[in-house]
Amino acid sequence: MSAQPQAQEMIAQGRRIGEVLLSVEEVSLSFGGVNALTDVSFEVREHEIRAIIGPNGAGKSSMLNVINGVYHPQKGTIRFLGQPRHDVDTHEAAAQGIARTFQNLALFKGMNVLDNIMTGRNLRMKAGLLAQAIRFGWAEREELEHRAVVERIIDFLEIQAYRKTPVGRLPYGLQKRVDLGRALAMEPRLLLLDEPMAGMNVEEKQDMCRFVLDVNDQFGTTIVLIEHDMGVVMDISDRVIVLDYGKKIGDGTPDEVRGTQAVIDAYLGVSH
Amino acid sequence: MKRHLPIIILIAALLAGLAAPLATGASAPGFFVEVLLGGLMAGVLYSLVALGFVLIFKASGVFNFAQGAMVLFAALSVARMAEVMPLWVAALLGVGIMVLLAIVVERVVLRPLVNQEGVVLLMATLGVSYFLDGFGQSVWGSDIYEINLGLSKAPVLILRNVFQGGILINKDDVAAAVVAVLLVVALALFFQKTATGRALRAVADDHQAAQSVGIPLNRIWVIVWSVAGVVAVVAGMMWGSKLGVQFSISQVALKALPVVILGGFTSIPGAIIGGLIIGVGEKMAEVFLGPVMVRTFDLAGGGIENWFAYVLALLFLLVRPEGLFGERIIDRV
Repeated sequence: MSAQPQAQEMIAQGRRIGEVLLSVEEVSLSFGGVNALTDVSFEVREHEIRAIIGPNGAGKSSMLNVINGVYHPQKGTIRFLGQPRHDVDTHEAAAQGIARTFQNLALFKGMNVLDNIMTGRNLRMKAGLLAQAIRFGWAEREELEHRAVVERIIDFLEIQAYRKTPVGRLPYGLQKRVDLGRALAMEPRLLLLDEPMAGMNVEEKQDMCRFVLDVNDQFGTTIVLIEHDMGVVMDISDRVIVLDYGKKIGDGTPDEVRGTQAVIDAYLGVSH
Repeated sequence: MKRHLPIIILIAALLAGLAAPLATGASAPGFFVEVLLGGLMAGVLYSLVALGFVLIFKASGVFNFAQGAMVLFAALSVARMAEVMPLWVAALLGVGIMVLLAIVVERVVLRPLVNQEGVVLLMATLGVSYFLDGFGQSVWGSDIYEINLGLSKAPVLILRNVFQGGILINKDDVAAAVVAVLLVVALALFFQKTATGRALRAVADDHQAAQSVGIPLNRIWVIVWSVAGVVAVVAGMMWGSKLGVQFSISQVALKALPVVILGGFTSIPGAIIGGLIIGVGEKMAEVFLGPVMVRTFDLAGGGIENWFAYVLALLFLLVRPEGLFGERIIDRV
């Protein structure tokens, strides 16, 4: 992997890993009789890149959806910034500073790149409906300020040329970038990435790796990501959680996790 | 190109249908234009009701069967309140009532049924529809009431130099058309140019992603039902001033169904153009096709206006189910 030297360089710069930002305590989630997650606990520290890995159906996406407020776990507590939350809805989680991208693109198809990313500023817009409607005074000014932030993100993601392009017309790799851009526009404390590199070719993956690391490095954003590509995960994450059948079977630095017997078994299968 | 073929054929057929009475000399140009204008005016009103459908369908995926009842309820409220206060105050209060209704519907109907099947929500709005019909009568009474927009009902003759005998046109029809155009422009600007409009479009495109950027679905629903309520007030006042405020408004509003099928469920321009096509189409059919059918098949005649829109919609469902401007429905299996 050519992303490797770069990745190590980033980590070598010695970002300061901070306090616990998010802690998941003995969370269990089931749908009907199916247990998606069983007593999962872990914590995410500020400025950290934390990966969740595991075979298909291990509960990775469910975990992300629990943090994001899509699912409400039957058991367990989630603390964000030290505060326990109870049945937080997705838009409330967003208001707390949790942003996400989607495994299967969930862009607003009817809009262009700029508008898609602008929606990420929604929570930070204060002007009332009426003021917006007549674009009066500071509603107009506010729109322009947000536009400036969005332009910086567009520059950062190197999609200047596609500002006004409807997102549906962009190639897949670029759509993934717009998805990331929309999340970044929220200026989140915690960024959840659901398989950011799924379905990408090698070049696109390298670009995305670079963006993820840059986001972490330049904005200090804490990142939790799900990824299938083990090379990528081991390169860019600080610590890795391994899930299998909804249970946590490993947690530690990439090197530690790689050596764990349970993890090897889960990935390669065990002979019975 | 192939995708546009049905539209091209339809437009060609419409143009041919429009030109036929002129070409065959079945009518004088002046009379033809009068019928055309009459159709356009009726079409504007259909468009207004259809607009309410489309707004709600776009933002929440709910097919709001109650749109017609909302128009009736709004018209009743404005008509009865206008008896004791100036019309513009009554209209503003009417808007307030519709916003209140939006809040109640969101809280009592939509929120508990979130993520249910489309059919469930359709049935729920059917319930809202009948409730509103009845509730409106309980509160405001069931007679025929008047809304007087203060425009003279007397038709005026225009273009006397161009056509022999000139063209008769109603002032309130023209007012209705102007108001409808203004409303559509305002809505388009609201949707395209404001942050709230952007949030509404976001919700229409993807609920989950919209929530993930912090757009609260519930508030968006209230806003969109309120906007549909405002549209209902305008449509109700227009219909009411034309026909009198009575129960039949709720039924006439069902003409908006073929309009949205024609225009596409998710398209605001589609609602407008669909309304105009249906309005013109049924008037033309009644006036020019009717006599021909009577002569050819020895029928009693009349009544084409009642079914024309639905037959046109049925044809559309066969060739182009997504409508003229709707998003293509592609179900991946």
